[in-house]
Amino acid sequence: MFWQKEIELLRRDELRRLQTERLRKTVAAVWERVPFYRKRFGEAGVGPEAIGSIEDLCQLPFTTAEDVRRSYPEGLLAAPRSEVVRVHTSSGTTGNPKAIYFSRRDLETAADVMARCLTMTGATKEDVLQNMMTYGLFTGALMMHYGAERVGMLIVPSGPGHTERQVKLMRDFRTTILHLTPSYALYLADYLERQGIDPRKDLRIRIVYVGAEAYTEETRARIEAALGVDVFNCYGLSEMNGPGVAFECLEKSGLHLWEDQYLMEIVDPESGRPLPEGERGELVLTTLCREAMPLIRYRTRDITRILPEPCPCGRVHRRIERISGRADDMLIVRGVNFYPQQIEQVLMGVRGVGRNYQILLEQADELTVRVELSASAFDGRVEGLRALQETLERAIREEILVKPKIELVSPGSLPVSEGKAKRVIDNRTL
Amino acid sequence: MNPTKLVAVFAENHTGRLARCAGILAESGVNIHWLGIAGVNGFGVIRFLVDKTDLAYRVLKSRGFTCSLPEILAVEMADEPGSLHFLTSKLAEAGVNLKNCSGFVFNGRAIILIETDQLEAARRVVREQDLHELSEEELLSL
Ligand SMILES: [Zn+2]
Repeated sequence: MFWQKEIELLRRDELRRLQTERLRKTVAAVWERVPFYRKRFGEAGVGPEAIGSIEDLCQLPFTTAEDVRRSYPEGLLAAPRSEVVRVHTSSGTTGNPKAIYFSRRDLETAADVMARCLTMTGATKEDVLQNMMTYGLFTGALMMHYGAERVGMLIVPSGPGHTERQVKLMRDFRTTILHLTPSYALYLADYLERQGIDPRKDLRIRIVYVGAEAYTEETRARIEAALGVDVFNCYGLSEMNGPGVAFECLEKSGLHLWEDQYLMEIVDPESGRPLPEGERGELVLTTLCREAMPLIRYRTRDITRILPEPCPCGRVHRRIERISGRADDMLIVRGVNFYPQQIEQVLMGVRGVGRNYQILLEQADELTVRVELSASAFDGRVEGLRALQETLERAIREEILVKPKIELVSPGSLPVSEGKAKRVIDNRTL
Repeated sequence: MNPTKLVAVFAENHTGRLARCAGILAESGVNIHWLGIAGVNGFGVIRFLVDKTDLAYRVLKSRGFTCSLPEILAVEMADEPGSLHFLTSKLAEAGVNLKNCSGFVFNGRAIILIETDQLEAARRVVREQDLHELSEEELLSL
């Protein structure tokens, strides 16, 4: 199923022509209206006339998260204040947040792009979407809301929490789709089991969209099995309208990134050098349709690669692989590089492991992984624990090539991270 | 005969956890008859023999402890040299794998507590050798 068939099935050369036209327009707009970009372009010795085709994009300077933060609250605004209708912010733990502005047309476009994503996963106006994300400054809940409304679904804007009430809403309004964080999805599955509610029989949920936190394929499989649903990977970031930048189709094999909206590049996260198609590196995005706040070559810090092969669904927009890590999260222990997600992936596949974990780096490059035990798998014997410890040690070593020390701890004893999980504690001093 | 069960508690920090468990059990009026700690590499399992097993399990669980109730075999032996060797050789001959094992002498009675995955096989050996298996009531009334 398609929402905007003519754009989704555009021929490659037509898409290219559209991208070129939109890129030139965007570059001209920021040159004219955003002093930050005029200065940056000047320093790089380029102007709008340098951009003849999309290949010229690499001459333009990058925009970093730090640039956006430093331009807070409105340094990157490209439209008069009277023309913007919405601001969202992206949480920063220290200093200023990132402020992202939308014009009326930006919101319209975002709703249509989100509607494309939902339709692509088989959702229709017959569906009932329970939106269990936090409504507010965070883009996640609202953009999903607009997309679902555009498709014509019945929306239950429940927000997060109050699990008992959530389940009542699911029953009373015959909810078929959930939108929530992966950790809440796992909690919900647990809760239903404890209450003796069988989601396959007692509820009608068929699709779950999870977001706002990093999660692994193993976590997706767990949610799918526990709730009897299809989980679709989605990718987005507040700087680019929130969710819906890229989404999986029914093939569930890579995420179509909407190339009429964003120009994508993959670069070396250290040097910024563009990498050949198919190589893994940092995703860099340039907005092609944004009026209020266009961003040029924005460094997402997310690690992925482009899957150049055509998708059986026929959409011409190229797919990216699920995000395998954050460039900022990469760890180097004893000279070996790895991402925390690789450890999570191992943990989630082993029986006896509970819900939470922590990665600890200490002096002398000692890697310790603290793992919560699953209460139901404890048989009262120290041998079972020892065996679990050895299994984890071996499996993690095979995955990341560094031998970890495994500490088993009680269920619920590790701090639960809110939103984007921060599970690495680095006590090394250099 | 009621099977004898221990209350086993997961503990990453022995001293602190033991103190908290003991405190909670005391508050609930549970009497500890025996305890053992099996520890390796920074974590371990504290095992209690108590007079009110189900109550102890419930209160510890409700206070966030990870618990289970492993079944054990309590056997009385002659309090003399060689009797432990005799019993364990017979168990080994029958292919019984001991998981945890502990023993004590109380009022001249030598008791061994056996934990194994092959409880029935172990029980058969005890019967064949004409040794006495203590019931939970008997064990608690020592
Ligand atoms: Zn597809």
